[in-house]
Amino acid sequence: MTSFIQLLVSGLATGAIYALIAVGFTLLWQTSQTINFAQGEFVMLPAFFILEAMYLGAPFWLAILIGIALSAVFLGILFKLIIVDPMLKHGVLPLVISTIALSLFMKEMVKNLYSSNAQPFPALAPPIDLHFFGAVISTQSLVVLGVAISVVLALHLLLHKTRLGRAMQATAQNPTLARILGIPVRRMVLYTFLINAVLCAIASILISPIYLAKFINGETLGVAAFLAAIIGGFNQVRGAIFGGFILGILDNLSAAYLSSTYRGAFPLLILIAVIMWRPQGLLGRVEERTV
Amino acid sequence: MNRLGALAVAAAAVFTVVLPLFLKPYGIYLSSTWVVLSIAAMGLNLTLGYAGQVSLAQGAFVGIGAYTTALLMHAGVPYPIAFVAAGLVCFVVGWVLGYPALRVQHHYLAFVTLAFTTLVFLVLRNEEWLTGGTYGLSGIPRPTLFGWSTTGAVSFYYFSLGILTVLTAGTWWMLRSPWGRAFLALRENPTRALSLGLDTRRYTLMAFAIGSSLGGLSGAVFAPLVQYIEPLSFTLNLSLNLLLMVIVGGSGFFFGPFVGALVAVLLPEWLRFIQGYYLVVYAVMVMVMMAFSPTGILGLVERFVKAVSVRHDPPEPVLQAKRTSP
Repeated sequence: MTSFIQLLVSGLATGAIYALIAVGFTLLWQTSQTINFAQGEFVMLPAFFILEAMYLGAPFWLAILIGIALSAVFLGILFKLIIVDPMLKHGVLPLVISTIALSLFMKEMVKNLYSSNAQPFPALAPPIDLHFFGAVISTQSLVVLGVAISVVLALHLLLHKTRLGRAMQATAQNPTLARILGIPVRRMVLYTFLINAVLCAIASILISPIYLAKFINGETLGVAAFLAAIIGGFNQVRGAIFGGFILGILDNLSAAYLSSTYRGAFPLLILIAVIMWRPQGLLGRVEERTV
Repeated sequence: MNRLGALAVAAAAVFTVVLPLFLKPYGIYLSSTWVVLSIAAMGLNLTLGYAGQVSLAQGAFVGIGAYTTALLMHAGVPYPIAFVAAGLVCFVVGWVLGYPALRVQHHYLAFVTLAFTTLVFLVLRNEEWLTGGTYGLSGIPRPTLFGWSTTGAVSFYYFSLGILTVLTAGTWWMLRSPWGRAFLALRENPTRALSLGLDTRRYTLMAFAIGSSLGGLSGAVFAPLVQYIEPLSFTLNLSLNLLLMVIVGGSGFFFGPFVGALVAVLLPEWLRFIQGYYLVVYAVMVMVMMAFSPTGILGLVERFVKAVSVRHDPPEPVLQAKRTSP
């Protein structure tokens, strides 16, 4: 039972990170029909921005701010202007291919500039083990969980309680109508790209102390984000959050109780089951077909 | 096909036949690799170029085909039977995989096939009793057909080229047959095809299954070419690379995959002087191409030919590209 609690907490912590990545992923899909196959690399890269800033002498907190700012510029604004905007007129498929190429580009650049070795990355909290009813829980898990949940809450408040957030939702649901209502649709779309970039940067800061900063990190994280988004519901922010947590918990529990060599297989089986029986995702709405 | 296209294909065919005369063993090995990749990419083009569905499983099918061939040959089964079995196994697996995925539309096939590729890798790595685990399978013999041994590099190249020719002719014939015209209809205008009474879902599934079986057959050539296979050869990376090949060559063009495979084989050789950065260059190339010519190299060629020719024949559907839109 104690080990179950430990696994559950670490599963929740991983799940919270997956949720952050998946939320950005679904936001992009909703507002601009961008399926970002480079999402995992978007999480891999900010850690290197931060390491680079620290290498140039910045203290950790400043490096984090620089990393988030650089992510917003490169992974938010420039990604939209250079990759997404010229492609939108060609439809979904060329953009998918383009983001696949982008992920290859980012991976190879980091590998060439930083070597393929894993780089240590400072943690937000000192690694102290806390004891709760016999279960050992590290402060790192708790910090990850705390940060991720506050970020998700802040995003929820932004999207549902502010005028700006409602304008963004309107843009996602019906861009034409939103434009008629006087909402600056293009700017709203840009905001979602910025939010995605910042979410990815935060996920990067949370996960890099655990996984170490490595060029290959994006592969598993990107797949985890797809899985979370589809399992939870592609067209719902809360679906992505739910999917992220499910995935994180499942991943940890199945590795411990079922089979560690087939650890990666269980989320995939769930994915196939969801697609077969509930293709809109566990929390998703059925998307209406447009003619 | 117009006259210019036919001439280009004939010239390319002659070129592939005389090629080994000018190459060192390594060059011949690369040419055989091109053949293997072309078969797999041609199969993927059916799914992507004609049915408009992104599949990230083609690398896994190459793997299933290669392992099927290797296991059967180790069990003493003659190569031709192992070859056919590789194609059949992949056809069946493709059908079973595509059936649920194509029930729901849009991008779901991409995600299901992505999951499938990872699952296949895990099975290949973990089921040591069957696949040899991480050690893989070695000592795969090159076949002897009617007393003709294909052990040498040159003879194996001609052997694989022969298979490529047969499969290309078969696919071409299939696409020209009344039955195969449905695939063209699927590419040109799926909504219209549906309204004309074509069961588009069945044809999409068919295109995917046939494409998968071509992936398996490519694996059946790959196994005796390299003579040693391991799970790491068939990860998601191979699937992504095959996808990029089809796109770079020109998806929806019959000969697009051949061009794409050629680029994928030659680029690392040409860009050897920049070492690790060749994939960076390749990635940038793909992104630029997607922005300016989503129909790939052959799309560019077609535009160029149209621009320079004063009089041009009305384009026939097989060589005419369509922008793949949702």
